[in-house]
Amino acid sequence: MPPLLRLLNLFASYGSRVVLRGVSLDVAAGEVVALVGPNGAGKSTLIRVLSGVLPARGGEAQLDGADLLRLPPAQRAQRVAVVPQMIHLPESFTVSEIVLMGRTPHLPLWAGESQHDCEVAWSAMRRTNIENLADRLAGELSGGEQQRVVLARALTQEPRVLLLDEPTAHLDLKHQVTVLELVRELARTEQLAVLVTLHDLNQAALYADRVALMQRGEIVAQGAAAEVFTAERLSQVYDVNIAVSTHPSRGTPVVLADGAR
Amino acid sequence: MTPRPTNSAPLTPARSTAGPAPHDLTHSRGRSLRLLLLCLAVLAGAALLAVGIGSVALPPQAVLALLAERLFGLAPFTAWPDKYRTILFDIRLPRVVFIAITGAALAPAGAAYQGLFRNPLADPYLVGVASGAGLGATLALTLQLPGTFIGLSAVPLAAFVGALATVGVVMLSAQVGRHMPISTMLLAGVAIGAFASACTTFLMLRTPEGLRRAFNWLLGGYTGGGWEPVALILPYVGVGLIVLQLHARALNVLQLDEEQARQLGINVERVKLTLVVAATLMTAAVVAFGGLIGFVGLVVPHALRLLGGPDYRRLLPLSAIGGAAFLILADLAARTVLSPQEIPVGVVTALAGAPFFIFLLRRLKRSVF
Repeated sequence: MPPLLRLLNLFASYGSRVVLRGVSLDVAAGEVVALVGPNGAGKSTLIRVLSGVLPARGGEAQLDGADLLRLPPAQRAQRVAVVPQMIHLPESFTVSEIVLMGRTPHLPLWAGESQHDCEVAWSAMRRTNIENLADRLAGELSGGEQQRVVLARALTQEPRVLLLDEPTAHLDLKHQVTVLELVRELARTEQLAVLVTLHDLNQAALYADRVALMQRGEIVAQGAAAEVFTAERLSQVYDVNIAVSTHPSRGTPVVLADGAR
Repeated sequence: MTPRPTNSAPLTPARSTAGPAPHDLTHSRGRSLRLLLLCLAVLAGAALLAVGIGSVALPPQAVLALLAERLFGLAPFTAWPDKYRTILFDIRLPRVVFIAITGAALAPAGAAYQGLFRNPLADPYLVGVASGAGLGATLALTLQLPGTFIGLSAVPLAAFVGALATVGVVMLSAQVGRHMPISTMLLAGVAIGAFASACTTFLMLRTPEGLRRAFNWLLGGYTGGGWEPVALILPYVGVGLIVLQLHARALNVLQLDEEQARQLGINVERVKLTLVVAATLMTAAVVAFGGLIGFVGLVVPHALRLLGGPDYRRLLPLSAIGGAAFLILADLAARTVLSPQEIPVGVVTALAGAPFFIFLLRRLKRSVF
């Protein structure tokens, strides 16, 4: 079965600074791929390119055979949903109003939401466990709740591909685990191709099916975390001494800093 | 913070089979319909009051009978003096309709700018309309241009052209590649607005005889002309309102931020351009004839946000009706409080609007925006 999302030799730049240098990556439906790498490696840039915020300078992104980079904005948003890193929600809108905004790419500019749209939104809110927040104002939500509201909005788009940019960055440990487990479960049940950037290599090892390690705009290694996360490779990419051990109960690699190089 | 009043309606009851029914996510619409009807009632009452009050009082039943006679060809139930007809149709009604259209343009334009710039301080004059119209009108007044030009009065024409030209310069200056960043546009608007205002002041000081007339124009208000200004501004305001309403949901999505709006499939640059052009055209049209009536475009949308929530699909029509009602009442006060002298209506809108707005803010104590 061909992968749902296929990136071929993608290039992107901010002005004259090239930030993606030939990225090629496949993500299958139902699969979670974690993008890891040091700051400035190009992880967030890749998310921005795939979500149409930053134009690609070269290469291809195919979604189920269609040319993702040349789709009109609404059609792209019907297929690709994003949970951005910095979540900014207008504080006087209610949670249900914000989740319903996920129907935007499916509606003509002037149309109101139908009963079907409300049902899709409501089911997304059930999946993310925020039904009880429906009438709350966004300004009253905690960080973890905001994260789930944005995830519900993304699901309301009924996408094929879900992109998440550092979804655990501002959350405590419990909420980090909850979000990542939810994302993995959604990938399975909704057959979503999930691409998630993570700073925490241990989380990537625990929750992703495959990892892609980026350095200076390129993917330097990809595959199962146990193969990619070697002490030698990580020490070189992160420019810090790194020791790799094994998770006592899960058996996945555990990555620990081991002093400056 | 307290929950928004429109959203306290109960959930739809759960069906007995197949688990809970989907939450009625649109249940706030019933409340806003009531708010809409309330605003319409206030508008009708204000209009009736405003056409009735003056040196010759027209009783409401006379106004209604004369309107029925004129609009539907119904024979009057009672004979009213002919001069009532003249006062109503030639003097008071054109003024009230003009001022209502002005309010119905300025308030939604202000709401749209506040949404577009995600800035609660934005008003319809933000990106150069006011300073440009002021410069155009002052040029016409101080340079003693001929009274009419291709059949149109010179001052409104100059004000309209000045407003459009200034906003055009602001938009061109704010262009970065194919994008028009909102913050750049705001700064360009402030800078170019300050330049145009400085030119206006210079012209006014140069020609003392034009100063008073220009100053009067800047303060705003109805300047006569019967039904002609109404006919001239109505197309701009009508089309502008329709365009704004068509983009109301896009404005909601833009409240997230531009990047998220793009990721939700909104063509952000096209929406921004369309909204700025529509809001500018309707504002420039009413400013050309009515001068710079301040505060309506700032306060009315905020007041209605407090009452009806932030959804632009409801806020824009509510602002149009609320702005019309507010300005009718302000204009009524402007011509009656110190009668026979008229106060500029912009003075009334600020004097009455500011305390009312502060009252609302204190009363509701929740985030306006």
